[in-house]
Amino acid sequence: MTAAGSLVGRGVRGVAWFVRGVLREDAYERYLEHEASHGRRPTDPGVLTEREFWRDRTDRQDHAPEGRCC
Amino acid sequence: MADRSWAGADRSGGGGVLEQDPDLPPVAVDPDVLEAEHRRWTPVRIAVWTAIALLGGVAWVVIAIVRGETVNAIWFVFAAVCTYLIAYRFYSRYIERHLLRPDDRRATPAEYKADGKDYVATDRRVLFGHHFAAIAGAGPLVGPVLAAQMGYLPGTIWIIVGVVLAGAVQDYMVLFFSMRRGGRSLGQMARDELGVIGGTAALLATLVIMIIIVAILALVVVNALAESPWGVFSVSMTIPIALFMGCYLRFFRPGKVAEVSVIGFVLLLAAIVGGGVIAETAWGADLFTLDKVTIAWGIVVYGFVAAVLPVWLLLAPRDYLSTFMKIGTIVMLAVAIVLVRPVLEVPALSEFAANGQGPVVAGSLFPFLFVTIACGALSGFHALIASGTTPKLVEKERQTRLIGYGGMLMESFVAIMALVAALSIDRGIYFAMNASGAATGGTVEGAVAFVNGLGLAGVDLTPEMLTQTAEDVGEESIVSRTGGAPTLSVGLAHIMQQVVGGSGMMAFWYHFAIMFEALFILTAVDAGTRVARFMLQDSIGNVVPRFKDTSWRPGAWLATAVMVGAWGAVLLMGVTDPLGGINTLFPLFGIANQLLAAIALAVCMAIVAKQGTFRYLWVVVLPLAFATAVTVTASLEKIFSPVPAIGYFAQHRAFRDALDAGETSFGTATSVEAMRAVVRNTMIQGVLSIVFVTLTVVVILTAVAAVWRSFRRRAATSAEDPPAPSRLYAPAGLVTTPAEKALEAQWLEHQAARPRVRTGHR
Repeated sequence: MTAAGSLVGRGVRGVAWFVRGVLREDAYERYLEHEASHGRRPTDPGVLTEREFWRDRTDRQDHAPEGRCC
Repeated sequence: MADRSWAGADRSGGGGVLEQDPDLPPVAVDPDVLEAEHRRWTPVRIAVWTAIALLGGVAWVVIAIVRGETVNAIWFVFAAVCTYLIAYRFYSRYIERHLLRPDDRRATPAEYKADGKDYVATDRRVLFGHHFAAIAGAGPLVGPVLAAQMGYLPGTIWIIVGVVLAGAVQDYMVLFFSMRRGGRSLGQMARDELGVIGGTAALLATLVIMIIIVAILALVVVNALAESPWGVFSVSMTIPIALFMGCYLRFFRPGKVAEVSVIGFVLLLAAIVGGGVIAETAWGADLFTLDKVTIAWGIVVYGFVAAVLPVWLLLAPRDYLSTFMKIGTIVMLAVAIVLVRPVLEVPALSEFAANGQGPVVAGSLFPFLFVTIACGALSGFHALIASGTTPKLVEKERQTRLIGYGGMLMESFVAIMALVAALSIDRGIYFAMNASGAATGGTVEGAVAFVNGLGLAGVDLTPEMLTQTAEDVGEESIVSRTGGAPTLSVGLAHIMQQVVGGSGMMAFWYHFAIMFEALFILTAVDAGTRVARFMLQDSIGNVVPRFKDTSWRPGAWLATAVMVGAWGAVLLMGVTDPLGGINTLFPLFGIANQLLAAIALAVCMAIVAKQGTFRYLWVVVLPLAFATAVTVTASLEKIFSPVPAIGYFAQHRAFRDALDAGETSFGTATSVEAMRAVVRNTMIQGVLSIVFVTLTVVVILTAVAAVWRSFRRRAATSAEDPPAPSRLYAPAGLVTTPAEKALEAQWLEHQAARPRVRTGHR
């Protein structure tokens, strides 16, 4: 019973992880990981906050559009 | 053999460059071990692959040889999936081993250029979904529907065989070569490999081709929404929904993309249901029943506004919504087809395959079948995506096979499902929906007379069938709803109502399908306009440097206006065309897309030759030669054919002569004005065909010249970025091999000891 439950739980978490990834919702986490690999913590000066990061992201897309296919 | 890929990498990079950090576990599985694993044929493995081959073989026999009255759709699924599996396991691996030779010891751009923003190493499974969502759109849904007039067999063979030997090969190679060049675009690679003339021709061709593709996609939407208050309401609601989502993400909950997509999806469903209610009311029907010209102008204005507004407000949220819908509906359709297993009552090969007089799109099987199907088997547009965002996100080199080759196989599967859905509706209804308004007169009686007059075996259309279907899907009429989208929607509604909701839900499913097709297309329209605008600004910038500054408003607005004006003019031409629009313009779309594929393959050919791998050059030459033959033949027929239905200039002359003779109506044009429109439109279409084919021939010739130079020189060179040693590891495919698993475990252990180091896999 619990084995089946944990299997379902894993499946649901897997799907959620996949959907988040495909929609690039984890972009800020990836950014922080990148900063951490250079020894910078989220609170360090020069590291964007979540809000700043997302603004910057869409604003940069203004100048570098991604194509979408037919 | 096995050590060749390592030797190859060292040759290009110089010895010792890929020296690995001794403190890290290995960053790649030893190629000898991989090769041994690949070649180890355990009894279980033999049994599995024999079963796949047998099932696929039986499915192909049922589809291609057994001639019953009907054929079950499930055989299409088996034939497709088994062929994909075999092609992926053997052919893509062959390309990997001999042609591309990825080396996991080399860092990808996502690693050596990592910035946490554009260059981010992404899990292979996520990137597969992301790449697929970027390449899939309305193309593979619409093309196969139109090609269904020739029977199910030619389309099925081309979609499956074409993807294996052409489409997936192109996507895989472009992705790999772009990744090796730090994510360079196709245009830049063309300039690097083909020189100034070839590069410029490739750039110009890409620009013109994008204009045509956007225009004709927009035409598909216009045809789906004309005289449909329900469709117009629900599709126009996507704009306020996207604006709301954009503001939500900007000001309220930044980064909560999945959450806002779910909210958007619920609102979208509400818009579809609401559309049905509003279309029933007198004021709603009055307000939202729009003719084609009005809708076309609406899309032109929308296209301009969307391309100049900031991305966060409209484009980004629309894209989230479209991605969400894309993955959801495609999975839904696959499940439904497997559950319902519709029976198709269509001949394998119809009368129109040979005589070329099909009412949907004129022209004989070769070359027009290949031109019409376009995206599902080989799509040049993908080369722009595979050399855009995706190469900047690839984590390990060997993963490009899954993402590039595998991603395109998925797209082909979407095309097969679209074909099945379109074929599952009655053949008489199919032709009534897809024959141009010029042929049917747009009336039920006219359509019945026209379709029954085609003399098709087993087709007996009655007026009740058309009025009943229209009523079922909640539309005023379904006669001459050309463009493929409405036909696919009827097919999809027919299949889905058997799973969820019964016949009472058919209207909902129909408008759901129209909605997602329109959503994909409008996303492609905004993004296409924006990309084209940047390409134009960049080109003008070579003469007037100011234009290179993309934040300079007047330049941006002017370039946008030029691009929107260009595709808007083609769109309006198609909408008002007295000959019907889709049947004259769709071939131009297909030719444009396949020409772009020929350009991409020509660039790949030049790169492969430069590496010195002449023995395996045929892998690229084969699809390139075929795409060239198809597109050049189709273009020449469009330019020189004496048959007015096929040749643009033949049609042009016929109408001009009629005008000169003082006639006031000719063929389907009922006034002098309409005749003049035909004269003008055919001239524009003919000139466009000449421009396309000339530019492409220039690109291919410069590529052949580049291959010849490489052959003479015999020394391998490359424009790749210098190799950098990788510091992370991740498996390559969806299924991990024992050696990959062992190495993954080693990395997890290492990571546990030093928690700050990211391994790049979960």
